Amino acid sequence: MTGVEIWAVILGGMVVTYGTRLSFILLPHPERFPEGFRRGLRLVAPAVLAAILVPQVFVHEAGQIEIFGARPAAAVIAAVIGWRTRNTWLAIGGGMISLWILLAAGA
Amino acid sequence: MNQPLRLEFLRGARDTLPILVGGVPFGLVFGALGIETGLSPAQVQGLSLFVFAGSAQFVAVQLIGQGAAPLVVVLTILLVNLRHALYSASLAPYLSHLPLRWRMTLAYLLTDEAFAVSAPRYRQPDTTHAHGYTLGSGLAMWSEWQLSTALGIAFGARIPPTLSLEFALPLTFLAMLIPTLVDRPAWAAAIAGGAVAVLLRGLPYGLGLVVAVMLAVGIGLGVETAARARGGERGGP
Repeated sequence: MTGVEIWAVILGGMVVTYGTRLSFILLPHPERFPEGFRRGLRLVAPAVLAAILVPQVFVHEAGQIEIFGARPAAAVIAAVIGWRTRNTWLAIGGGMISLWILLAAGA
Repeated sequence: MNQPLRLEFLRGARDTLPILVGGVPFGLVFGALGIETGLSPAQVQGLSLFVFAGSAQFVAVQLIGQGAAPLVVVLTILLVNLRHALYSASLAPYLSHLPLRWRMTLAYLLTDEAFAVSAPRYRQPDTTHAHGYTLGSGLAMWSEWQLSTALGIAFGARIPPTLSLEFALPLTFLAMLIPTLVDRPAWAAAIAGGAVAVLLRGLPYGLGLVVAVMLAVGIGLGVETAARARGGERGGP
């Protein structure tokens, strides 16, 4: 990408992000919006979060799928910690420490 | 700022402190990753300043590094940040009495963190000055993100690669994903999103993520519609 294109991405990213955050706050009657829209919106978060994280955990840099390895194992440990404690930072910290131990052990 | 508003502001900033501490490594990694990808320092800081959405910024930089088309990157930023419309909808009824400049400022500061910290405040009694709380939380988060991005731009090259700090990113998404898995449609959307994204990872222009999210939301809605048809009118909340 050229420098101009990158700035276009930054400004475009600002417009769509700020527009999304401002959307309902700007409405005169925010309590009246279609329920169907909210239903779809609710599912965007799990869809997008999984679509970003799953390839980063299970796809090796060379492009092949890796199911048994330090990264998938550390992610599973982080998921269990997150599920049990509901604490974001414990999950991330536990996952990182697990990754360091597994990499040091040569997994 | 009058006295109750200032108190709310300070409380909001104080309650955000634990999250700020955890956010610093992300800003550092983001600044370093941006420079490593070939963006100029102004462009990296520009992303933090103008887009101000950590997860979307990471994905944007990764897509730029993979040579994605500019329009696809903007579309992906929109998809990644679409959940903020829910935050906007949740807070809107409490902010509708405020002057326009307040609402425009709070919308700019409405990150995952500011929303997560300040949403419980609106469930407490007397929300007259609760917008001060959101402003305090949002500005605290904003300062931390700008500063840690700048530090990452300046010193990021010195973070040892053996720390694998970039792995903190999928872990963060994982920690954010868990509370959203409240029912079958949400699970279906997450499983479909992850599986399709892996299958389509070779798609050009970074289109894999966009297609995966759209398909996954469709599948989730399908599961929800099927569940409603089975459960009649009793349905979900």
